[in-house]
Amino acid sequence: MNLLGKLNWSAIPFDQPIIMGASGGVVLAIVAILSWVTLKGYVPYLWREWITSVDHKRIGIMYIILALIMLLRGFADAIMMRAQQAVAAGGAQGYLPPEHFDQIFSAHGTIMIFFMAMPFVIGMMNFVVPLQLGVRDMAFPTLNSVALGLTASGILLVNISLAVGEFAKTGWVAYPPLSELQYSPGVGVDYYLWSLQISGVGTFMTGINFVATILKTRAPGMSYMRMPVFCWTSLAANLLIIAAFPVLTATLAMLLLDRYLGFHFFTTDAGGNAMMYVNLFWVWGHPEVYILVLPAFGIFSEVVSTFSGKPLFGYRSMVAATMSICVLSFFVWLHHFFTMGAGADVNGFFGVMTMIIAVPTGVKVFNWLFTMYGGRIRFTVPILWSIGFMVTFVIGGMTGVLMAVPPADFQLHNSLFLIAHFHNVIIGGTVFGLMAGYNYWFPKAFGFKLDERWGRASFWCWLIGFYLAFMPLYVLGLMGMTRRMQHYDVASWQPWLVAAAIGAVVILAGIVCQVIQLVVSIRDREQLKVTADPWNGRTLEWATASPPPAWNFAVLPQVTDLDALWNKKQRERTQQAQPLKERKFEPIEVPKNSATGFVTAFFAVVTGFALIWHIWWMAGAGALGIFLTMLAFAFRSEEEIEVPAEQIARFEQAHQAEIAV
Amino acid sequence: MRYRFLALVLIGAASLGGCTEGVLDPKGPIALAERQILFNALGIMLAIAIPVILAILGVAFWFRASNERALYRPNFAYSGRLEMLVWSIPAMTVFLVGGVAWVGSHDLSPRKPIASTVKPLRVQVASLDWKWLFIYPDEGVASVNYLAIPAGTPVSFELTSSGVMNSFFVPQLGSQIYTMAGMVTRLHLQADQPGSYRGMSAQFSGGGFADMYFNVEAVTPEKFSEWVDATRNVGVALNAATYAELAKPRASVAPFTYRAVAPGLFESIQVSEMQSDDAMCRRYPTAMRAEQ
Repeated sequence: MNLLGKLNWSAIPFDQPIIMGASGGVVLAIVAILSWVTLKGYVPYLWREWITSVDHKRIGIMYIILALIMLLRGFADAIMMRAQQAVAAGGAQGYLPPEHFDQIFSAHGTIMIFFMAMPFVIGMMNFVVPLQLGVRDMAFPTLNSVALGLTASGILLVNISLAVGEFAKTGWVAYPPLSELQYSPGVGVDYYLWSLQISGVGTFMTGINFVATILKTRAPGMSYMRMPVFCWTSLAANLLIIAAFPVLTATLAMLLLDRYLGFHFFTTDAGGNAMMYVNLFWVWGHPEVYILVLPAFGIFSEVVSTFSGKPLFGYRSMVAATMSICVLSFFVWLHHFFTMGAGADVNGFFGVMTMIIAVPTGVKVFNWLFTMYGGRIRFTVPILWSIGFMVTFVIGGMTGVLMAVPPADFQLHNSLFLIAHFHNVIIGGTVFGLMAGYNYWFPKAFGFKLDERWGRASFWCWLIGFYLAFMPLYVLGLMGMTRRMQHYDVASWQPWLVAAAIGAVVILAGIVCQVIQLVVSIRDREQLKVTADPWNGRTLEWATASPPPAWNFAVLPQVTDLDALWNKKQRERTQQAQPLKERKFEPIEVPKNSATGFVTAFFAVVTGFALIWHIWWMAGAGALGIFLTMLAFAFRSEEEIEVPAEQIARFEQAHQAEIAV
Repeated sequence: MRYRFLALVLIGAASLGGCTEGVLDPKGPIALAERQILFNALGIMLAIAIPVILAILGVAFWFRASNERALYRPNFAYSGRLEMLVWSIPAMTVFLVGGVAWVGSHDLSPRKPIASTVKPLRVQVASLDWKWLFIYPDEGVASVNYLAIPAGTPVSFELTSSGVMNSFFVPQLGSQIYTMAGMVTRLHLQADQPGSYRGMSAQFSGGGFADMYFNVEAVTPEKFSEWVDATRNVGVALNAATYAELAKPRASVAPFTYRAVAPGLFESIQVSEMQSDDAMCRRYPTAMRAEQ
């Protein structure tokens, strides 16, 4: 028996300059950062304050950092694809052979969905939801840290595949039989499967954690109908996670059984049927779309209402729309493969269901419109993203409904029209929402605003770049160009693909502006410094200091209505200014740091890597490590530490003095 | 009228790139009907989407904080009438488009034969790695990466795959459909005029996918008979041995024809091997069995 399974030196593609250059650069960067951190003596600080932290705010920020790094990785893939398709016309093969190109589009999709959009959304919810609910942490703080660790493990595995072995060459959906051992004998599909299985467990934990937090721990007086809309959309997204992610896990597990133990769930022979995978994949896949976009809808609701200086129009309608999307999203999966050859009744049913889901979505757009109506709109960066979203998303929604008409889909399925559509809703919806949220809540997280000028520049580059990059793809789809083509023989497609590549470069400029925005803002942090409530906010996160202390609220807020902070501010304005009472503070229990998340993540990477390369002893050792970590956690003697009242009083006095200035 | 305008805009956009191919330039009844449905659905939605986009931009501009003429209504958060409107506009739109979808998916179901006085031509299609095999069971010939059909005659397709899933797609003739191992899908298309139309796989199927396209040559019925006769006189016959050779994974195969087809060959491709643990059998199950 080979001690290292299938792993040997040939796994590293020394003959591929692009791959070796990229992975060499990444390794150098990691080594440089690690040695800088070590030399500066930051390791204990990082360990104490971040890596072992179970504070939801810190975890949220770490999720978002991961997401931003993966945005760069996924975007590098996108630029390479656009460049390839811009040149590979006629007889030209471009600079990427199919072997490489196929990995790039598979990695791009996998990374952008699972390791960019998901961690970004989850990070945003992590940071914001407990603050908006007026509570001190998540229901299960250590579980939260483990979830982060498992997401990071998945990310690490996907990125290891760049240098060691290969990634899947099947597209991000990995349809069998192509993804079966027979047609994909390499480790690429195994990297895909194990990284998604590991991070999927983490996402499932997140779902449970948020649902428990939102249902069971809210500030006194915060009934469901007083919850901010972002909390509602987060609740819906996490209910979807709980219902949908087990389906993905089970589906991928069946494919793993096919690949590892010779089962026949989805093979072409021995009674397997690949279409079962396709059905199950999209039973998860369509709710996943709403897991990504519902929290973004919540962000837009908060941003539009705050910067219009008005309550959200039709709050109850918004809640009803959110929850109906949550339920309906499970009844539309077949629209991803109308071309399977199902009967007219089946296609008709799923087509109509898909359109019905557009009704609550349309209601939301109208409600945002009426929220702005009669407002006093301050054109900050977050609202720019929101208005850009509303216009872009209407177009994306429209092309989506178009493809929900089965006969139209017979012509547009798998074409670049489809690519344009889902980028239109995922970039125009989710990414714009996350950018709005990033600019909106950044001052809360760090105590200073992001630079407005660079923020605007970034927004305009993204918006113009988006239209330039994806409108040509709609045209190409109508011209009959399908997705995932490494080269093509139709010369008339090329000008449109060149335009799309230029669009991608403009988006790149937007990303560069964002990086500059961050650097400039950190440099000018003293001028950009803010206190608790920089935007004249409406919800409870703006009631505490920026950045909030570990315990969030010295005294838990009493909630009497929707837009709790706004109404409190209104009352205080009308009432006589009362002399500041001498406030009494009680000691607060906060959850104790735990290395459980980090250690679990370490063993998860070991296990995943070992399973990918068939190193069975190592897989066993890793799994045992995870089990022992859980055991050690279960037998912990204390889980909370007490923050003394004096410390809280000191912090509050300093904070009050800061506000008074 | 609106549709005509729309059609002009879309065709204009597409022809900017010098394009006369694609789904906006239909050459048969199915593609034509599908383009009509595309325009109908788009027209209904644009009637809502354009005013909404203009309203978003207009409202955002008018209610900017610096505009002192705009009325600030800080407590305007509910209106029963507006709520009614807000739910009914998308609902009505969806009601209309939903009708288009339901009727359309029945009228244009790929299984539904095309009504015609002409007897349909039968073609059996198999996607292999990475080429298309077309078998004419009634004529007893076959071709690879080249599909000749008589114009004005409905073509009745039966489709399957030797292994990996593909999607058979000729944009100018209409509906694409998956080809799946162990299963047969059905599709009915027709070309109204003679011409050459691009066909391809629309479902990614591995390394040679980009070259998995073919030409559909629609010719007059007389010329089609001539082609069949000519084909019967050249090349080799398609049987278990030549099929096994053909089924080996290879990309960019130049079009060629088979002068005869062994009976039951298509059925042997589509019937999946029920119980075979032999590795060789798994690689080329159908070919192995045909030889036995």
